[in-house]
Amino acid sequence: MHLDILTPERKIFNGDVYGVFLPGVQGYFELLDNHAPIVAALGKGQMKILKDKNTSEIYTIEGGFVEMNSNKTIVLIEGAETVK
Amino acid sequence: MSGQLKEVRLRIKSVGTTQQITKAMKMVSAAKLRRAQDAITQMRPYAEKLQEILGNIIGSVDGNIGGGLNVERPIEKVLFIVVTSDRGLCGAFNANSIKLAKSIIQEKYKTQFEKGNVSFLPLGKKGFDSFTKSGYKVIPDFWTIFSNLNFEDVKTAASYVRNAFINKEYDRVELIYSKFRNAATQEFVCEQHLPIPKTKSAGSSVPKDFIFEPSKEVLIAELMPKILNTQLFKGVLDSNASEHGARMTAMDKATENAEELLKSLRISYNRARQAAITTELTEIVSGAAALQG
Repeated sequence: MHLDILTPERKIFNGDVYGVFLPGVQGYFELLDNHAPIVAALGKGQMKILKDKNTSEIYTIEGGFVEMNSNKTIVLIEGAETVK
Repeated sequence: MSGQLKEVRLRIKSVGTTQQITKAMKMVSAAKLRRAQDAITQMRPYAEKLQEILGNIIGSVDGNIGGGLNVERPIEKVLFIVVTSDRGLCGAFNANSIKLAKSIIQEKYKTQFEKGNVSFLPLGKKGFDSFTKSGYKVIPDFWTIFSNLNFEDVKTAASYVRNAFINKEYDRVELIYSKFRNAATQEFVCEQHLPIPKTKSAGSSVPKDFIFEPSKEVLIAELMPKILNTQLFKGVLDSNASEHGARMTAMDKATENAEELLKSLRISYNRARQAAITTELTEIVSGAAALQG
C-alpha cells in the first residue's frame, strides 16, 4: 500500500510500505494492505512505518489523523520526531 | 567652480552606494521569497487533506458539532490578529494591514471599540510597535514569531486564541493578513477566525463508507483545532511571502529611481566640468593674448 505522511511544514514520508502501526486515541492499531476505508484520530505515541516485514522507521507523534482509502494511506500530523 | 564639481562627485558616489544596497536587498528578498513560496507549497497538501477529511465527515453528520468553537455569541469583545512583518522598507505593506484593521473596526465594531473592548494580537514587530504606540489593547506575547518562523510557535498562538475564545474572553476573532498573489501584488484580507464560520459541505453526495475511529463527533472535535492552527499558519506564511514580494518590488523601484537620479547627476557633473574647462581655456587664451599685446 502507499503511504504519505504530511505535516504543515513538509512531507515526511512518501512511498510504498508493507504496513503502518499507529497510536489511535483508543489504543494502537495497524493498517495493512486492503484495509477497509477508515478515518481515525491519533493520540500521543509512536508511529511505526513497516517498510517491509523486517525494516521499520519509528517516529514519536503528538496526535493527528489517518485516512485510508483503496490502499492509499495518508497520515496528517503536526510534527514528528524520529526515534533512533 | 571646482567646489561645485566636488559636491556633485560626492553626491554621485553616495547615490551609487545606496543603489548597490537596494540592489542587494532586492536580491536577498528574491531568495527569501522563493523560500517563503516553498513553505506555502509544502503546507498545501496537508491543509487540503485536512479540509477533505472534514468535508467527508461533515457530509455524513447532522446536528451541532464543533466543540464550542462555532458558537455565535452576541459580540461584545473582539480580538484582531494582525499579521505584519518584522522589518520595514517594503513599501506600504505594513501600513496597509494596519489600515485595513482600523477601517474594519470603524465599519463593524465601532461600538465595541468605543467601549474599549477591541484587543489586538499582532504577529510581527511592525504591527506590535504601531498598535502599542496608538495606545490600543495589545497582547504582546506572540509578535516575535517571525524571528524564527515555525509551525510550533504559530500553534501556540493559535491555541492561546482558541482557549481565550472558549473562556469567553472574546466573542469574535478576526484574522488580518495579506494573501500572496504574486511578487508584485498582495491582497489584504480579513477573515473571521472564530467562531468558525458555517461551512456548506461541498456536494451532498454521501462519501464512501468510511469507518470512523473513535466516532465522527470526536473526530470533528479533534479536527477543528487543527484546522484553525493550519489557517493561522497559512495566514502567516502568506504574509511572509507577501512581505518579501513587497520588499522586492519596493527595492526594484528604488534601484530604478537611483539610476534615474544618477543619470541626471552625471549630466550636471559633466556640464559643470565642461564649464570649468571652458573658463580655464578662456583664461589661458586671454592671458597669452595679454602677453603678446
